[in-house]
Amino acid sequence: MENLNLVLPEIFISLSIMFLLVLGVFKKDGSKITFNLSLFAILITTTITINETFLITRETLFNESVVIDSMSSLMKIITLVGGFLVLIISSSYLKTFKIYNIEYPILILSSILGMMVMISSNDLIVFYMGLELQSLALYVLATYNRDQLKSSEAGLKYFVLSALSSGLLLYGCSLIYGFSGSTNFDIISNQLNSDEYVLTFGIVFILVGLAFKISAVPFHMWAPDVYEGSPTTVTLFFTMVPKIAALTVFIRFLYVPFLNLIDQWQMIIVFLSIASMIFGAVAAIGQTNIKRLIAYSSISHIGYTLAGLATASNEGIQSSIIYISIYVVMNLALFSCLLMLRRKDQYYEDIDDLSGLSKNHPLLSLCLLVILFSLAGIPPLAGFFAKFYVFKAVLEQSMYFLAIVGLLSTVVAAFYYLRIIKIIYFDKEKDEYDTDHSLWLKFSLTFSTILILLYFLFPSQLIEVVSKINII
Amino acid sequence: MNFPILSSLILLPTIGALFLFFTKDKEGNNLTAKYVALFTTVVNFLISIYLWISFDQSTSSFQFIEDRTWIEGFINYKVGVDGISILFIILTTFITPLCIISVNNSVKNRLRDFLIAILIMESFMIGVFCALDLVVFYLFFEAGLIPMFLIIGIWGGSRRVYSAFKFFLYTLLGSVLMLVAIISIYWITGTTDVVQLYEIGIDIKYQNLLWLAFFSSFAVKTPMWPVHTWLPDAHVEAPTAGSVLLAAILLKMAGYGFIRFSLGLFPIASEVFTPLIYTLSVIAIIFTSLIALMQEDMKKLIAYSSVAHMGFVTLGIFTLQQQGIEGSIIQMISHGLVSAALFLTVGVVYDRMHSRLISTYGGLVSVIPKYSILFMLFALASLGLPGTSGFIGEFLILMGAFKDNFLVAVIASIGVILGAAYMLWLYKRVVFGKLINEDLKKILDLNRSEYFILSCLAAPILFFGFYPDPLINTIEVSVTDLINMHNTNIASK
Repeated sequence: MENLNLVLPEIFISLSIMFLLVLGVFKKDGSKITFNLSLFAILITTTITINETFLITRETLFNESVVIDSMSSLMKIITLVGGFLVLIISSSYLKTFKIYNIEYPILILSSILGMMVMISSNDLIVFYMGLELQSLALYVLATYNRDQLKSSEAGLKYFVLSALSSGLLLYGCSLIYGFSGSTNFDIISNQLNSDEYVLTFGIVFILVGLAFKISAVPFHMWAPDVYEGSPTTVTLFFTMVPKIAALTVFIRFLYVPFLNLIDQWQMIIVFLSIASMIFGAVAAIGQTNIKRLIAYSSISHIGYTLAGLATASNEGIQSSIIYISIYVVMNLALFSCLLMLRRKDQYYEDIDDLSGLSKNHPLLSLCLLVILFSLAGIPPLAGFFAKFYVFKAVLEQSMYFLAIVGLLSTVVAAFYYLRIIKIIYFDKEKDEYDTDHSLWLKFSLTFSTILILLYFLFPSQLIEVVSKINII
Repeated sequence: MNFPILSSLILLPTIGALFLFFTKDKEGNNLTAKYVALFTTVVNFLISIYLWISFDQSTSSFQFIEDRTWIEGFINYKVGVDGISILFIILTTFITPLCIISVNNSVKNRLRDFLIAILIMESFMIGVFCALDLVVFYLFFEAGLIPMFLIIGIWGGSRRVYSAFKFFLYTLLGSVLMLVAIISIYWITGTTDVVQLYEIGIDIKYQNLLWLAFFSSFAVKTPMWPVHTWLPDAHVEAPTAGSVLLAAILLKMAGYGFIRFSLGLFPIASEVFTPLIYTLSVIAIIFTSLIALMQEDMKKLIAYSSVAHMGFVTLGIFTLQQQGIEGSIIQMISHGLVSAALFLTVGVVYDRMHSRLISTYGGLVSVIPKYSILFMLFALASLGLPGTSGFIGEFLILMGAFKDNFLVAVIASIGVILGAAYMLWLYKRVVFGKLINEDLKKILDLNRSEYFILSCLAAPILFFGFYPDPLINTIEVSVTDLINMHNTNIASK
């Protein structure tokens, strides 16, 4: 008998989704209660995940098709916490657009379920199942504000391109299956050897599909449009949560089934990393919409995360995970600020709308200042440490070129972050924004900003948690 | 463990800034905020004086060391001072309160935020000078960019945005390579602790590249020709207090970095690259002196003179002679005092006339005599007149240079003459001559606070000019040991 306790989080969240669906259908005006219950469900799932799986080093279930190890539990927890925070700060935004419906929390829960399956997958089929579950939920979320043209456009674009990438991914999986005769990662890992050149196609297809999901250059084209068009809270979800899951799968693929083929994929990852870092930094300079700018900045941040993966070492993987965790916090803070730019039921998204913000809203501007400098990677803020660990791992492998290009592109990136700071602090002020924000929004902004600001006091804790992750 | 005096020096200004953060920001004359900031910095100054008194001058080893685990098994938060760094700490704590007194007239809006920025800046600057771990050093070194960017950008002049960006991006670009070098050092030697690194030494084959990476950062910050162009812009646009901090302390971080890290960690590479430094320094001295001659803007002129003076500093450091290095340190301290004073004197007339152009002025001596006398003192100190601290530094540097390389020393000496030329010419055009501009007739002489600040700066300039022993005694043992260490490293190559 399998130890089902290990997949209890997934079981619980599936049951809650079904229950909430039924509840939503039969109860009138059930949005509020669905929202609250979903939050509750996520909390319980998080607790279960911590209790049942956090201390487990590695166990497999269901014919080794599901793996529970320290990486999967950590990433699940980050996913769940991210989903929780997104949900909790969404409500006032959704109410403004009159889309405060039962579907929203349920879709978020389903995509989280999909991600949890992805994170734990140790088998091509299980992985693909999770991927599709989360993608389908995300397509709908992108179009969630369906009365707006841009939102529908974003959803459609995302759907078409993402389906294409899923196709590539499947094709790659079938090639891999053809060569190894199994869908199980561990068996694939033993079966594959680098002599077979056609195998490279399989790897490339899979990597392309995955690169698409994390929007690494040159498979990033969808990101700016989708980020801009989707409702802001959904964009926040996009920039945080699916990336964590996709990154975990990325790590899993590279270091379990393809571990013996490092020579073949390392160059690809280095290229993706460098291209993302440079392109993200350069393309963000000309943007005028904050959400588009965040899209490009997230592309360049993914570049740094990939730099850690390219090292083929445990330190590199750990540094990538640290990077993405800190990035999630920074993104949460940034979007909390963005959600505060509201004037009489209208949200503002242009960079120029920030003009002179520091005069009327000194505290909000100070938070933005901290967040932006942190995103730019200036010490002593958290963003610096994220980059620092990545480059430490990169330099350990003597990949000087990658490190220097990466650090130089931080200088370019610093330019556009500084530009926002300039607009906030040096330019003429505009009208005041509303200040009656929900308590949760204020809380998430304060909390994440303090975390960013004071991370340097306790840098060891995160490392300690992450250092348990030893994939190789 | 003793009382963590260095950490309290670093933390105190930040605590003051926090306190200010929670006070109410009043428009106009915000006296409370000013008194809080002033109190904090004066206390900090007194602590640093206590530090100097209890400092043991007879040893070159680091004192008041604090060593705490910061990131498990990787970085320790390690601070400590030796004879070289202690003077810079005192310079920082001395200049900052003067800056805060001087903000009366130059900063009109958001005084509280300005003071917070200055206090945080002070924390970072002190941190740079006591850090004994490369990562900790880098952290403080880079973190200083944030407050300075804001000081220039928010409270600066008309082209402030351009200048702030230029300052930030130039410095950041230089520094990222240093980060690569620091991490590489960690992987080569297994530590980033400076004291341990001094003992272990770094393999010769890595030294040249690492040296260049550190150089890229320090050269921008010094600034050396040809990457000095951010400095005039930043100086001109920054508010007076910002210019003072920049000139007096920020530039010294690089000179200090050269001594502590480039010389200390990479002795062989330092020897290899000495010609490069000589060339750049000599170009800086001659070239920027000539540029300074042609400036119409007083602040710009002083900014270029800073570049020339820092050229002397880098020249002195890489003579690798006792006199040269001691001269460089004294020159840095002296330049810290003199350039601060010069920017403040320019600030005084700028507050009254709102013009930095030399042509606006002329004949000031007949309307504001007190001001003219102090200005003269600082101008003479800047050109290195015997009896002022500027002389001691330049003289020692040239002495060291003559020992090492005759030609370089001769060319550098020409720079001294050029320095006298632009400074005296500036003084002549501003203070002497006919009083043509009618508005100048109503100009007021120094008020009490300005008089106080400038006298505070004049006193040490004169004192150390006549009696430099306290400075030399403090640094002597440390410099001797640094050179001995350097020579043994070279010999064992």
